[in-house]
Amino acid sequence: MLRIRNLDAGYGQLRVLKNISLHVDGGEIVAMIGANGAGKTTLLHTIAGLVKPTSGEILFLDHDCRRLKAQNIVTSGCALVPEGRQVFATLSVEENLILGGYVLQKRKGTAAVAEELAHQFELFPVLRERRQQLAGTLSGGEQQMLAMARALMSRPRLVMMDEPSTGLAPLIVRNIFQVIVRLREEGNTVLLIEQNARAALKIADRGYVLETGKVILQGPAEDLLANRDVQRAYLGREKIE
Amino acid sequence: MDLSLFLQYLFAGITYGVIYAIVAIGFNIIYNTTGIINFAQGEFLMLGGMISISLLQFMPLPLAIAAAVLITMAVGALIEMVFIRWIDNPSVLRMVIITIGISILIREAALHIWGESVRTLPYFIGSSVTAVTLFGTKISPQVLIVIGTCAIIVLFLSAFFRFTSLGREMRACAANRRAATLCGINVKNMVTLSFILSAGIGALAGAVMSPITYSQYDNGTGLAIKGFTVAILGGLGNSLAAVAAGLLLGIIEAFSISILPLAFQDAVAIAILLFILFVRPHGLFGSREAARLKEF
Repeated sequence: MLRIRNLDAGYGQLRVLKNISLHVDGGEIVAMIGANGAGKTTLLHTIAGLVKPTSGEILFLDHDCRRLKAQNIVTSGCALVPEGRQVFATLSVEENLILGGYVLQKRKGTAAVAEELAHQFELFPVLRERRQQLAGTLSGGEQQMLAMARALMSRPRLVMMDEPSTGLAPLIVRNIFQVIVRLREEGNTVLLIEQNARAALKIADRGYVLETGKVILQGPAEDLLANRDVQRAYLGREKIE
Repeated sequence: MDLSLFLQYLFAGITYGVIYAIVAIGFNIIYNTTGIINFAQGEFLMLGGMISISLLQFMPLPLAIAAAVLITMAVGALIEMVFIRWIDNPSVLRMVIITIGISILIREAALHIWGESVRTLPYFIGSSVTAVTLFGTKISPQVLIVIGTCAIIVLFLSAFFRFTSLGREMRACAANRRAATLCGINVKNMVTLSFILSAGIGALAGAVMSPITYSQYDNGTGLAIKGFTVAILGGLGNSLAAVAAGLLLGIIEAFSISILPLAFQDAVAIAILLFILFVRPHGLFGSREAARLKEF
């Protein structure tokens, strides 16, 4: 579904991603783990079209993402749940979700948006309770759910999630990971970026380890969980928040 | 001061106040979608006035005003597409210089087209001496037209932002541009739209106020300063507060005439602007937190 070959990207003189190759197949959860500053977020931003790659190839379905603008990549079916939620704070929960359905509305009309809205409310019941509330007044966990639901409103073929567990209580993190598993059951494809490597690898099918802009390890998630280097570097201690 | 004189001052203050509020709302619309202050905002009012005066020779008044508004909107769109759109990561200073440059450009073009003469639209109803009696004081119907038009603009804009999907998308851009892009919204088109909207409401206000305040190639600058004061006074980006702040400034100015010479009228506005920038840079009605949240 997503195929990246020899990707280089960065900001100005700074080269963040070095010769990255990876792929995500339909229906799987792929976890990308790595320390702070390894380039995980930059990778997602490059796929989403927010950062322009300097060289390499990004193919999503049959689209060459390098030639698409960020808003058109969403239209082609690749949605990003950004780091730090980034909800529309001054808009209501429902408005946030309807905006998430912007490309769905263009493609399939208002009825499809209403249908998808009901689906998201079923997936995240707390959002239904809060539908008239301003997004900025939600708790961190609720905002994360809203950000996920907003991205899902576009009925993406691939959802990319950037650190969904950051700053959340363990119970809520578990809740969010359950939703991600459920997304796979519903036939979605997820590219998940996490510092919480253990939790991510537990639900993932495959994983990549990113270090200083390079993919240093890849394989089935259970292999990575059992890998000594991974254990030492990323699983040695539970993440301290 | 007797009641009749008090009401005269009050209505004069309200009239100017609502005009300042419209200029401030124009600032806010563009600020909210782009984060920049468009210093050419006052020129939109000047264009609205001058173009409708010129068109009046060829068509009836309502048509001339409508055409002037549409032409000014086109100018707004053109400005955005030529000067703003292609700049990817604009620094605030760069945008300030660009918009100041645009305002000078428009002003000089207007000077070439219309010359230095002071022009005016005729009073919409009656003449300059027609008056209606309201609360025992005589008010020109034009004053009521200005106030009414500005009120309609504010109501129209609130409804637009609240109830239409386009308005919702613009609010989304204001709240978080990157997230709006990630929803598939073309943010650059929303910026163009905000320029069109600002130009349109500015031109309409410029046309209806013309019989009272007159129009001249350079009367946009003064209005822009007043409007900017009001926008800051209300808390940048907040349009409802801009209306309150506009009325406040208009009324203060009007009553200042009763104790200070007329020439000090502008000094009052600037003094208020400076005072606010020192004491409450986030505006009278804005809180420090809310200053980071942008709302139309």
